[in-house]
Amino acid sequence: MSTNPYAVELKGVTFRRGERTIFDAIDLRIPRGRITAIMGPSGSGKTTLLRLIGAQLKPLSGEVWVADRNLPTLSRAELFDLRKQMGVLFQSGALFTDLDVFENVAFPLRVHTDLPDEMIRDIVLMKLQAVGLRGAVELMPDELSGGMRRRVALARAIALDPQILMYDEPFAGQDPVAMGVLVRLIRLLNDALGITSIVVSHDLAETASIADYIYIVGDGQVLAQGTPDELMQSDNPRVQQFMKGTADGPIPFHFPAADYASELLGGTDA
Amino acid sequence: MRNRTLEIGVGLFLLAGLLALLLLSLRVSGLSVGHTDTYKLFAYFDNIAGLSVRSKVTMAGVTIGKVTAIDLDRDSYTGRVTMEIDRDVDILPTDSTASILTAGLLGEKYIGISVGGEEEVLADGDVIRDTQSSLVLEELIGKFLLNSVNKE
Amino acid sequence: MRRYSPLERVRLLGRAGLDVLAALGRSVIFLLHALLGRGGLREGFALLVRQLYSVGVLSLAIVVVSGIFIGMVLSLQGYSILSNYGSEQAVGQMIALTLLRELGPVVTALLFAGRAGSALAAEIGNMKATEQLSSLEMIGVDPLKYVIAPRLWAGFISLPLLTVIFSVVGIWGGAMVAIDWLGVYEGSFWSNMQSSVSFRADVLNGVIKSMVFAVVVTWIAVFQGYDCDPTSEGISRATTRTVVYASLAVLGLDFILTALMFGDF
Repeated sequence: MSTNPYAVELKGVTFRRGERTIFDAIDLRIPRGRITAIMGPSGSGKTTLLRLIGAQLKPLSGEVWVADRNLPTLSRAELFDLRKQMGVLFQSGALFTDLDVFENVAFPLRVHTDLPDEMIRDIVLMKLQAVGLRGAVELMPDELSGGMRRRVALARAIALDPQILMYDEPFAGQDPVAMGVLVRLIRLLNDALGITSIVVSHDLAETASIADYIYIVGDGQVLAQGTPDELMQSDNPRVQQFMKGTADGPIPFHFPAADYASELLGGTDA
Repeated sequence: MRNRTLEIGVGLFLLAGLLALLLLSLRVSGLSVGHTDTYKLFAYFDNIAGLSVRSKVTMAGVTIGKVTAIDLDRDSYTGRVTMEIDRDVDILPTDSTASILTAGLLGEKYIGISVGGEEEVLADGDVIRDTQSSLVLEELIGKFLLNSVNKE
Repeated sequence: MRRYSPLERVRLLGRAGLDVLAALGRSVIFLLHALLGRGGLREGFALLVRQLYSVGVLSLAIVVVSGIFIGMVLSLQGYSILSNYGSEQAVGQMIALTLLRELGPVVTALLFAGRAGSALAAEIGNMKATEQLSSLEMIGVDPLKYVIAPRLWAGFISLPLLTVIFSVVGIWGGAMVAIDWLGVYEGSFWSNMQSSVSFRADVLNGVIKSMVFAVVVTWIAVFQGYDCDPTSEGISRATTRTVVYASLAVLGLDFILTALMFGDF
């Protein structure tokens, strides 16, 4: 194991989509073996950040270090190799719809290992047991509820025992029970397997309850960072607005537009 | 065993495709397997108009070969037709006649061979001396008109 | 509605042109990556069989039925025209040549674009929208190898086979109408056909045409699916585009190929 205390480091990363700058020379460090949350309003590029770490997107400039490798310099083949050490839980679960639950979880094992069938079966059942869905082993993805699908996807993400596990909006659209289950699972997996967890979310209460460290991003920058307690105490008005959830503040309610009165009264020149 | 039926289906599909290709080659384009043994004969015609490569060569209405090449003989200014005749039919007398015939009024042209009386038979590479050219409708009409004018 | 100044319009036009070029470039890189790229997958063959089933076998019904009807119609039409010249026995030759050279490859490719092409685009688009492609990528499996390559190969293999089947079935349908119904003499029907159809010039050229169409149609379908906006709107646009682009490409290419193969220059 390397001695670098950070599993993921972003140095001066700039990313643009079309003419919109999503990240402007952003710096971010994610400590090894902890749960780090990345929060921010919708459209602030949180998911983009995950894709940069997963090397599904290439930054315009800057360095993305994962497991002591700088992603933008790696070849396609090296990237596919490196990704075996990462797991991602996508928002929709992204289970393969033509495979049943068992085959979904077994999939990474089948493509990356030469394990015999009995062993794969044991591992799959262990992973499904960990997420509490061992009984659903023969169901197809479309027979599962949204929360169950996410748990199966989680079992699949940990099938290869990754070092880094990323969660893309794990709590979005979940009922309170499913949310509670997921919160518990994330904490449990992190502590039991020593995984570095990165949670991207805008669900404040749940995220704050499990995160060891929180980054708040917005406007292409890191607006604030710290432990949940530190951020709650912060006197930065933008952080206050986000943590308290008020409608108007430094993040304006209105999308930038021409002056309201003059647009209504002046008519259009059409 | 859903996988099994799927594989069988694909297997049948591939088989059907190959079978179809086989049918096209044998039944539709008349490709003969393993190239039956043939020998070459040549014939010079004043006019081959309408005859084409792959035209049939028949004798008494039975197909015994096909035309494989048509070109202009530079010395005699006649059309040279190369024919491939089935090896089985190696009994054509040297004075046989080759004529260009038409199937029906507007049908395809083919070569008909009528038997001569010689003892010797044609061998590979021989030339059929006695030929009868294609019937050209325009010339025929021309002759007919000329005849009727002369009569008056 | 926003109005654009002339200069702005020129700029937009230029950008649209560049977008088209970029899409073209992307699709070429995409194809090369999928077909060449680093080594294949272990279960590659099983994946291919699965796709051959959904791309080829499932298109068989529509191809066979259309083939029979087109052959029968050709026979009727051909007979009514040829009988004006007293050469009904040439109907076999006419059916065989039209099917082998033109209708077989073109109609099968169009049917294939509508049946299999749109399904491919929609399926891949859906996998993209539900993040299954991203998910494969993050599991460390190249979706170009796992999802795209088997579909491409299945298309490349299926369409020529479907075309040959279409032609055979069409000729059979035509023969049925001509011989059993219109009373064309069976012997001259087949012998006329055999003496005018050449294996190399007609059958093989038709198969070569269908191979070219197979590459183009499958490529367009798979690329449109892979490159679509991952929304339900994007998927429906991708399927429409697949059918439109593929049909146009087939008809345009058919002209070029015909000129190259059967033209005298």
